Amino acid sequence: MNKESVIFKILKNDKGGKIVLSILAVVVFVVSVCNLFVPSDSAFYISTFTVTILGKYLAFALLALALDLVWGYLGVLSLGHGAFFALGGYAWAMYLMRQIGDRGVYGNPDLPDFMVFMNLKELPWFWYGFDNPLFAFIMVMAVPAILAFVFGWFAFKSRVTGVYLSIITQALTYALMLAFFRNDMGFGGNNGLTDFKDILGFDLSSDSTRVGLLIITFLCLSAGYLLCRFIINSRLGRVVISIRDAESRVRFLGYKVAHYKVFIFVVSAILAAIAGALYVPQVGIINPGVFSPLFSIELVIWVAIGGRGTLYGAIIGAMVVSFASTYFTSALPEVWLYALGGLFVVVTLYLPKGIVGLISQLTSRKAA
Amino acid sequence: MKRLFAKAIVTSALLGGMLVHAADTIKVGVLHSLSGTMAISETTLKDTVLMLIDEQNKKGGILGKKLEPVVVDPASNWPLFAEKMRGLLTKDKVDVTFGCWTSVSRKSVLPVVEELNGLLFYPVQYEGEESSKNVFYTGASPNQQAIPAVDYLMNEMGVKRWVLAGTDYVYPRTTNKILEAYLKAKGVPASDIMINYTPFGHSDWQSIVSDIKKFGSTGAKTAVVSTINGDANVPFYKELGNQGISSSDIPVVAFSVGEEELSGLDTKPLVGHLAAWNYFQSAESDMNTKFIKTWKTFIKDDKRVTNDPMEATYIGFNLWVKAVEKAGTTNVDKVSDAIIGLSVPNLTGGTATMLKNHHITKPVLIGEIQENGQFETVWSTEKEVPGDAWSDFLPGSKDMISDWTKPVNCGTYNTVTKKCSGTN
Amino acid sequence: MNFLKILLLNLLFISFSIASNFQIDSSALSTKSFKEKEQVLENLLENYKEDEKLDVLLQNMLAGDLYFIKATNELVILETKEDNNYFVKNLITDESLSAMDKNELSKVKINNKLRGVIKSGLAKINLFSKKTDKRLKAAKNILANLELEDKELLAQALQSEKNSSVRDILLESDANLKAKFSAGTEQLEAVKLLGGFLSSKSLETLNYVVSNSESEELKEVANESLKEIENSKWFYSLIETAFFGLSQGSVLLLAAIGLAITFGVMKVINMAHGELIMIGAYTTYTIQQLMPNLIEYSIIIAIPAAFIVSGIVGILIERLVIRHLYGRPLETLLATFGVSLILQQLVRSIYSPLNQEVKTPSWMSGALEVNSSLFLTYNRLYIIIFGIVVFLSVLYVMKKTSLGLKVRAVSQNRPIARAMGIKSSYIDAATFGIGSGIAGVAGVALSQLTNVGPNLGQAYIVDSFMVVVFGGVGNLWGTLIAAFSLGEINKFIEPLAGAVLAKVIILVFIILFIQKKPRGLFPQKGRDAED
Repeated sequence: MNKESVIFKILKNDKGGKIVLSILAVVVFVVSVCNLFVPSDSAFYISTFTVTILGKYLAFALLALALDLVWGYLGVLSLGHGAFFALGGYAWAMYLMRQIGDRGVYGNPDLPDFMVFMNLKELPWFWYGFDNPLFAFIMVMAVPAILAFVFGWFAFKSRVTGVYLSIITQALTYALMLAFFRNDMGFGGNNGLTDFKDILGFDLSSDSTRVGLLIITFLCLSAGYLLCRFIINSRLGRVVISIRDAESRVRFLGYKVAHYKVFIFVVSAILAAIAGALYVPQVGIINPGVFSPLFSIELVIWVAIGGRGTLYGAIIGAMVVSFASTYFTSALPEVWLYALGGLFVVVTLYLPKGIVGLISQLTSRKAA
Repeated sequence: MKRLFAKAIVTSALLGGMLVHAADTIKVGVLHSLSGTMAISETTLKDTVLMLIDEQNKKGGILGKKLEPVVVDPASNWPLFAEKMRGLLTKDKVDVTFGCWTSVSRKSVLPVVEELNGLLFYPVQYEGEESSKNVFYTGASPNQQAIPAVDYLMNEMGVKRWVLAGTDYVYPRTTNKILEAYLKAKGVPASDIMINYTPFGHSDWQSIVSDIKKFGSTGAKTAVVSTINGDANVPFYKELGNQGISSSDIPVVAFSVGEEELSGLDTKPLVGHLAAWNYFQSAESDMNTKFIKTWKTFIKDDKRVTNDPMEATYIGFNLWVKAVEKAGTTNVDKVSDAIIGLSVPNLTGGTATMLKNHHITKPVLIGEIQENGQFETVWSTEKEVPGDAWSDFLPGSKDMISDWTKPVNCGTYNTVTKKCSGTN
Repeated sequence: MNFLKILLLNLLFISFSIASNFQIDSSALSTKSFKEKEQVLENLLENYKEDEKLDVLLQNMLAGDLYFIKATNELVILETKEDNNYFVKNLITDESLSAMDKNELSKVKINNKLRGVIKSGLAKINLFSKKTDKRLKAAKNILANLELEDKELLAQALQSEKNSSVRDILLESDANLKAKFSAGTEQLEAVKLLGGFLSSKSLETLNYVVSNSESEELKEVANESLKEIENSKWFYSLIETAFFGLSQGSVLLLAAIGLAITFGVMKVINMAHGELIMIGAYTTYTIQQLMPNLIEYSIIIAIPAAFIVSGIVGILIERLVIRHLYGRPLETLLATFGVSLILQQLVRSIYSPLNQEVKTPSWMSGALEVNSSLFLTYNRLYIIIFGIVVFLSVLYVMKKTSLGLKVRAVSQNRPIARAMGIKSSYIDAATFGIGSGIAGVAGVALSQLTNVGPNLGQAYIVDSFMVVVFGGVGNLWGTLIAAFSLGEINKFIEPLAGAVLAKVIILVFIILFIQKKPRGLFPQKGRDAED
């Protein structure tokens, strides 16, 4: 009872959030039921393919949410948020790799295949502890948080803003990408980490595990949403929004602007990292391509298309663009870049508030 | 608000409805990048498969049914490869897929194709160290490309010092490991071997070429064994030419440079450098002449070239067709059994046979680059070389074999411990 | 009378038999075996050195123009061909034959080893050629493949050689031989001399002397010479690395200047900047396709062409997309990203997803060989000069022309500039056009260095941004200094840490640097510069 009222209080004025989350809840429920409990030759069966795709989209939605927090509300355009996503993903993937044990190709119980292949004699120091899921989970959050803290501290203390900040976030993710591509770094290099067998004892290829992951992803997304909404609604949130709108003034009023910025940045990084950790077992592979500057820019597009500064807009944007991406690469493989590029241009020019803005325009016109 | 809900129901209904699709065509999946960094190499293979399907349909299809291609674009994005493969197998229900190029894409597709018991034909030369029940490897493994190339340099050209230059990813790393072990086994001292890795798309080769020059100026004949990935070869060769290194000074033998890569290059300064493949467009055989003619007509461009991965696709496709006809069905398990031991003609005048380890027999050709962007064969193996999945020169794999026939039925069988390691 | 006739007939007979011997011996080249061909060549080189026909034979064999008629084994040289009709002339008699079908002829194929044999053979013949550059090339070849038998040849050449650079090489070869094969003071003197030469041959000989001689004195002198060479080599390699750094810096400069302008004036993050570079490179390719006979001038023509093409595309982007997003720099980023995707796919559809071949004109190929340790490749040398020229032109336009004045005004304080009557929207279009045009010109330069494909732009966009941010937005000198310093730093770190780590270090360095100087090396002045 208590929990419900807390959720209700947080979402009190958030019509959009309520709508989006409830729709997603229904979809997830329907998909799970139709996959697990409906026989596979029925017309109502939903394939595991759809389950994993949906799970992937929801993970992306959480990532978009993290970016909206930092961009829509704090006004900091991070062009390197993919880095936190990737770090979270890698941390969890390392746990999954340790779980393979001796079922890898080379049959070595301690060393994952790529290490045997690279002639490593023993596990590098930074892999220790990753056979423990709790440790891995802590690392999923801790490593990106520390990076975000250090980076944010230096950047915001020196009052790096605007375009400069965006460019150096690009530099950050680009540098990490180059580093992780190196095969001697001990993270699998170009091939990345893959060939996972099970997670927390559950076989990754079974339908029930996949549905389970889908549901967990949805729950994390909802929790993340509630957390963000809570932060925004609080007093801290209002200071943050003021920083976005008039930073110098807020500073002159005596607030330690840098502290607020770092806090939001770190929270956002942690959310992004969790999204990464949810993404990895559902996709089955992680490779340094996720660090690429292009991927980080794509996430900005998701949030922009959905409608930034609304939180639920980010979720919508991520789902819509990912769906469009999957659709176009199957239906119109030759032309899909045109379609996607065109979509970006059109939405930015004519729909500055994104899909959310469009919907509110339409509904307000209906009302009027 | 209700819209999204309705959408979800409709989508799931549609997906369900797809199960009741007409089964009078045989669906063939094509999983090659049509955009992104790999589009350059992979679009050609997509077109090759389409051409082969076209030709087969002209002959009446297989088992009385026509072939229908299902083309998807994984956009050089590795996780997308896995997703598309899953879509091909569960949504489109393809009976076979021809696809992948980079090892990463293949590795990301592997768990999907094994989980859903699909069938993948992989046409590109690769590093070995893998053998899956559901994958047939028609590209060269290291013993069908790298080792014979090194033998040629050592024996025919008297090379004493070696530069192993590669792009930093699995294929060059593994190949160089194998070659290093091989060279040392042949008595080459470590000081005569220089190994160097560069990132993808590396374009500034000045310092590295300068180092190669220095390494090669001690008087002993030096050669470069290049596993540099396609794109980066352009500035590499340009720099070599500009710094005055000709093919008779320090020859370069490449494993990733084929006719298609040369078509984007000014080949004048490259004349005399080498490549090792199992097929060259200049190979003289009737099958090849026919193939080239069909290709040029199909693609409507007289200037397009053919290359080794295209031949590998051709061989894979024909082996699959033959296996389906032998098995009388497209069922994956039956076709996989039927295909072992089958032979089809290759394009260099010989035959390709499918072996128990899912590799084929291929001849090895060493060719020199000509000014017109073609290769002139200067040496070839007398007979086809059987592909070896597990290199005999690496300590981790020299005791392993792959044998998918009964009773072994294992891709990672250790002949010493007599155990099947891994989950294959 | 009779006597003369007999003499004449005899001479004729002798010359005929000599000629026919050459003909018989050389026709043995029709064999398929490379080893046999090697033997035939060696035989020819030994016995027919003086025959100028040998020179012709070898040149054509190297160029792939030597064929033999399958029926008669006669050697012929290919002059021209039309489809399957080949027009050849007989090697020995020099008479042109009527068109032959391709299948009647067979090429005298060579492989790498034969190529080496031919080149050395040609060198020995060309040592006495009338042309200096032929003699120079010949001398270098002899030095590289030095053998004791060359001693007489060298002595002969030294007697008649007047050109100083050829003499130097001949002297070096002579010294090498003496150091290796002579004895006593002659050897000692030679070993000492070798210290002043830089070629790898001298290095090799000295090492040989050190490891094989018994005399302590000789070893000492050899070691001294070795040290001398090592020092000079080290010095030259430093210069070489500096040159590499300059050249990489000039590439960065060209790629980044356009961005510095659009960034500085309009605060626009143009994600399509890389594609504008790519368009410039494709323009070069197209010009080469349209005018296949003017490859030598293609680059010169391409420069203004690329400027115009990329400039127009840039202005189109500005008018159609960016203008509507005035004041919203972050939205411009997104929109231009969409534009970059469209441009990439457009190029893929119009041309093909494959890389295209852009030929290098001959005046840009090869290198300036200062000495055997220092090669300054021409293409990079020209690009360095080109980069500086472009930079100075842009500087001139910005500082000395009225357009430049208006651009600077708008970038420093837009409202006041407009109040003074400057049509800021035209200036925006012009600025974007110029910035894009320069990107196109950068593409022309890059087409000579790297792949020309639809992904060309992606490779340079991050680097361009780094340079601009490091140097200070909107400041041209900042861009110059940033570009060259980043290039130099990268090249000096590379041999120590490898290419990838060098790049990573540079990126980390920039990230840290921005903390200290948030607006770059040379920050922009003016009220509008805030944000």
